[in-house]
Amino acid sequence: MAAVQDGQIEPESEKEIKSETLNDATGNHAAAVGGLLPSSPVSTASVGASNSSKAAASEDQQTLLAVLQFLKRNKLVESADILRREAGLLEESDDAQGSEGGRDELGGASADEGGEAASLFSRVTSATGASGIATGPAPSKVAQGSEDQPDVSVVLSAYSQQGDPALYQMYYSGLKKFIESVLDCHRAELSQLFYPLFVHMYLELVYNNHEQEAKEFFEKFHGDQECYYRDDLRVLSGMSKKEHMRGNETLLDFRTSKFVLRISRDSYQLLKRHLQERQNNQIWNIIQEHLYIDIFDGMPRSKSQIDSMSGSLAGEAKREANKAKVFYGLLKEPEIEVPLDDEDEEAENEEGKPKKKKPKKDSMGSKSKKQDPNAPQQNRIPLPELKDSDKLDKIMYMKEATKRIRLGPDNLPSICFYTFLNAYQGLTAVDITDDSSLIAGGFADSTVRVWSVTPRKLRAVKSATDLSLIDKESEDVLERIMDEKTASESKILYGHNGPVYGISFSPDRNYLLSCSEDGTVRLWSLQTFTCLVCYKGHNYPVWDVQFSPHGYYFTSGGHDRVARLWATDHYQPLRMFAGHLADITCTRFHPNSNYLATGSADRTVRLWDILNGNCNRIFTGHKGPIHSLAFSPNGKFLASGATDGRVLLWDIGRGLMIEELNGHTDTIYALKFSRDGEILASGSMDNTVRLWDAVKAFDDIETDDFTAATGHVHLSENSLELQLGTYTSKSTPVIHLHFTRRNLLLAAGGYNP
Amino acid sequence: MAEERRPKPCSVILPTESMKAIAESMGVGQLQEESCVALSEEVSYRIKEIAQDALKFMHHGKRRKLMTSDIDYALKLKNVEPLYGFQSQEFIPFRFASGGGRELHFYEEKEVDLSDIINTPLPRVPLDVSLKAHWLSIEGVQPAIPENPPPISKEQQKTESTEPLKAVKPGQEEEGPIQGKGQGAANAENKGKEKCVVRMKARSTHELSVEQQLYYKEITEACVGSCEAKRAEALQSIATDPGLYQMLPRFSTFISEGVRVNVVQNNLALLIYLMRMVKALMDNPTLYLEKYLHELIPAVVTCIVSKQLCLRPDMDNHWALRDFAARLMAQSCKTFSTTNNNIQSRITKTFTKSLLDEKTQWTTRYGCIAGLAELGPDVIKTLIIPRLSVEGSRIKAVSEGPVVSNIDKIGADHVQSLLLKHCASVIAKTRPLPDNSDQYRTDYGYLGPMLCSHVVKARAQAALQAQQVNRTTLTITQPRPTLTLSQGGVSGVSGPRTPNIIKVPSSLTLPVQTLVSARPVTPTQPSPPATKYIVMSTSAAAATTQQVITLSSARSTSPITSPAPSSASTMQPLVKLEHGGASAGAAATGAGGSRPVQKYIVVSLPSAASETKGASLTSPLPASSGPAPVLDSSSKTDRSDSPGASGH
Repeated sequence: MAAVQDGQIEPESEKEIKSETLNDATGNHAAAVGGLLPSSPVSTASVGASNSSKAAASEDQQTLLAVLQFLKRNKLVESADILRREAGLLEESDDAQGSEGGRDELGGASADEGGEAASLFSRVTSATGASGIATGPAPSKVAQGSEDQPDVSVVLSAYSQQGDPALYQMYYSGLKKFIESVLDCHRAELSQLFYPLFVHMYLELVYNNHEQEAKEFFEKFHGDQECYYRDDLRVLSGMSKKEHMRGNETLLDFRTSKFVLRISRDSYQLLKRHLQERQNNQIWNIIQEHLYIDIFDGMPRSKSQIDSMSGSLAGEAKREANKAKVFYGLLKEPEIEVPLDDEDEEAENEEGKPKKKKPKKDSMGSKSKKQDPNAPQQNRIPLPELKDSDKLDKIMYMKEATKRIRLGPDNLPSICFYTFLNAYQGLTAVDITDDSSLIAGGFADSTVRVWSVTPRKLRAVKSATDLSLIDKESEDVLERIMDEKTASESKILYGHNGPVYGISFSPDRNYLLSCSEDGTVRLWSLQTFTCLVCYKGHNYPVWDVQFSPHGYYFTSGGHDRVARLWATDHYQPLRMFAGHLADITCTRFHPNSNYLATGSADRTVRLWDILNGNCNRIFTGHKGPIHSLAFSPNGKFLASGATDGRVLLWDIGRGLMIEELNGHTDTIYALKFSRDGEILASGSMDNTVRLWDAVKAFDDIETDDFTAATGHVHLSENSLELQLGTYTSKSTPVIHLHFTRRNLLLAAGGYNP
Repeated sequence: MAEERRPKPCSVILPTESMKAIAESMGVGQLQEESCVALSEEVSYRIKEIAQDALKFMHHGKRRKLMTSDIDYALKLKNVEPLYGFQSQEFIPFRFASGGGRELHFYEEKEVDLSDIINTPLPRVPLDVSLKAHWLSIEGVQPAIPENPPPISKEQQKTESTEPLKAVKPGQEEEGPIQGKGQGAANAENKGKEKCVVRMKARSTHELSVEQQLYYKEITEACVGSCEAKRAEALQSIATDPGLYQMLPRFSTFISEGVRVNVVQNNLALLIYLMRMVKALMDNPTLYLEKYLHELIPAVVTCIVSKQLCLRPDMDNHWALRDFAARLMAQSCKTFSTTNNNIQSRITKTFTKSLLDEKTQWTTRYGCIAGLAELGPDVIKTLIIPRLSVEGSRIKAVSEGPVVSNIDKIGADHVQSLLLKHCASVIAKTRPLPDNSDQYRTDYGYLGPMLCSHVVKARAQAALQAQQVNRTTLTITQPRPTLTLSQGGVSGVSGPRTPNIIKVPSSLTLPVQTLVSARPVTPTQPSPPATKYIVMSTSAAAATTQQVITLSSARSTSPITSPAPSSASTMQPLVKLEHGGASAGAAATGAGGSRPVQKYIVVSLPSAASETKGASLTSPLPASSGPAPVLDSSSKTDRSDSPGASGH
């Protein structure tokens, strides 16, 4: 029997949430952004019925309401009345809840606490079936979990099922024995159950105040869990009291999102039969209420296949989650009249309108006239008009591109390393402009510093009074407005109130964005070297910020688990992308500016559609917080690097993992594709820059339909062959990488004596 | 199913005593035991939570070290007021003490004299952040510049040399890389490593790039050339540059061949230069020298024990070279001797054998003793002291017997002073008081009385040292003594002084300011007994010293060895280096008149630890230093073979 909270959030409950504690940040923002996310009713919290009286005694109102609904549904009017009287609840609120509850379709399927096996299984099948239907619009499946949860206590009350605490160990070891005894082909798949079951059983014990049993349970079985869950286990091990469960984010994540497992039908049948025989209701309840089992037909997956995809906080992504169409193609480049190659000396001719049209025949397919079928509509996202200066810059870019070195395994790029000396471990972020003329560093002392790496010095515009004296008609007015006295090689920008964790230059080099621990994003002018706007919206540290490749838009993500899309001329965000279960650690724009990738501490990468805010891809497989992302220049692929020292390559179009690049021994803070996408460079805390053969990695993709359909990847074990070079610095972690327009690799980091 | 067993997640909980202590500090007297338990659990949990959040800030700060500011931010995240006043760049120096049944952790707070602070000059302003660019890689090849780490780490060099079949050496990859494609190309190809595990040892082609060839030429020319400044620079480069790995075989051959030729030609200056190259190579922390010891050690040993090292053995100061080479030998024994190669015992055996040989020349004898003595007090005790009476009688035969030749006499003199110098300190430590001259004579023969006076001095000095160590005032930051030789004929010593010579103003007259420097060992190897040198300066005219090893062999009549004990000083100088042609402000116009001369007297003192031990030690003499003067060779060999005898 289960009383069910509805997924839909009513306006009044939304207000209520806003006044809630910090921990509800996710729910809060998810609610605020509700319009963007499709929501469907999903059963999440169910309360054991046998302890309805117990629940009534609970101090929490939400639980009370849930119980009331249950009573009502079962026509226990009298007891409901008594309860309401005793609790002193208002009729209206009850009604509101009740009407929501009525919408739920799963509630009816609830079984008695006695739990005869038959009804149990009917429940499960209906649950999986129903959610299969419910997940029709696949995006942000897991997001709804958090959205559905108005209050932690409701979440917790799901644990109030009482079982004999002493038997938990027996249950678990019984299952363990069973799984260890099954055929090899099933064992790997069923082993996935261990971790979520372990966690939920432990939490149940803790919730029901069986501290001693919980400790013993943990001691006995934590060694069995996969090593990549170590960090979460550490959090769990600290949590030994019911009081601790309130306000613990990790716990919230476990509970609010169903842990997703992908299991073949055969293995699932096996498990079902076993539990049926053993009457192992405790485990069955957990599987049913806290896990989402994604059953597929076909061969069970191998251990390595499972390992490559698992590791995320909430299990694997559901298959449906990665089915939506993504327009990964590039936008058509605007038609710009480019002067002929041989007219190089006529630099000034560019200012005057050159006559001849001659688009470059480039490696970049984007230059071709015909529209890429995978590309989004040109105006899918309104993009800013190109200014004259932008066109000039484009021309420069194309000119440089013709001089570009073609890279490859036999033709490795030169690497120039910019070392920040005397930074005293304070360097937290670096960015380099696209034309490699400026380099900026964000520091732990709240400053942002900008250097010019060309002989051209940084000059600020003159003050207003001086500007009024200038002859605006003169030819060199752009030169005259500059104040020569301010020329220097570097400028310091003061304004933040905490370490600057992310910085990004605008493509036109007029602006610089920075985000900081103080929760703000600031826009700086590189003409005046002052702060123009302070974007407030994140309440917690902002970990990353990035300008769109077309300028104007930018994105930020931080500790509040919400990525935001901003436009420079709006002080409020245009979109909020909620769904991650932990901090968003890095954000990147797709080269066509229509999509946004976010990496998170929940060990997933998500791809969001900027147009409608949908989450179109969820990539699982990392075993640690993701700290770097990079799109390939053709927009088809995504690379992500995490604290586990691995780089994963993803095919965006098909939503598949392509390759795992092993080699780094520490967090990867920088990833970058060469301009033509032939080489992937990765920079890490282990003081190395590594080069990988991207072409080969992408060529190796298996194109069989089964893989595409199921998302079961076979990773080749050749990541060492893909590695083209390792370059160690003396003691400088690499925190930024950048390919110049001619494919020279620039690396940057702070010397760490 | 776990892939690896990991350390179990700790569930450490603060002790309840801490809760009590904190409560007491807040003024809560009686705290219930249950509340303590509850509190400690709660507090431990919250602390863990905060630490986890702080880790997040550390990761985003792109650091490996958690800092107090991270904790502050984590607190802020939880809406907790941060701790004020914690600003720690480094670790917090908790000290631990126990006593009276209580265990305490406390901050160490030193009493600071305000006037000291006021009088000290202001610290330098911290440097501003700056940007520096260098090439990490040029077309896939990492250039061997100081900004980059050494191309091949020492460990890698080691594995390559010890297991040549397993690791493919860069530079031996497939078809020997073309010029300029050194390690980088190999790096790029090291993906191939996995495949070619089983393969024959590839042919060894050490091809050097054009730049490397130029460098090699420049360096070797400078090292043996006439310009002292250039030489210093070259040696500096050898001692510090990270990219020399590939040239190491060439250098090694250069040195061994050089020694071979120059010993025959008796070219003392060149031998000294070559030894200095060896020293520089040994100082370079990035080189794995083990592979080349078979060339270097014979060269060094040659410079120690060769019968003749110079054209005029009666005039030239080849003794200093022997001393220097002996120190090098001792250093390499310390650094490289393992149970496998047994360098130390083999070297000891060699020295001992020729020492026992009756027909050994004085020069060789000197070298053997010097070589043994540098290996440490244990070796002196077991191998030299028993020989004292034999050597003493031999010296007596030369000095008091019929005049054989001047050379022999000088040799005997040197051997005598050497023996006195080394044995005195050891005896001072091991022999119980009193120092009776007659007793010494019976124990050590002819050298006994002299030894006795030296031991007395050594003891006095040890006492003095004990005082001086307590008020060490200045530490030399460049503990790299350099052997400079001025030899009139061969190389005109001119030009500026090498930068790494310890400079002491010549105006200092008293050893008030003691300069304590470490012994010249490779930085990786902490020298166990840490003998300290007190360096003093005297002007050229000052003649308060007793024992002068003058290296200026050009005009001086003969190396002076004046063992005459002067009552004025209690010092016992061991080495005195004289630098000619110095541009330093030594205005003294010495007795020679022509050259301003500055002298450094390096006094060897036992380290503080061993010295206090010596002072308090009243143990009886070891058996080996007993009256039995001669050990038969077999027993000696045994001793040198045993690990106990080999060094410290």
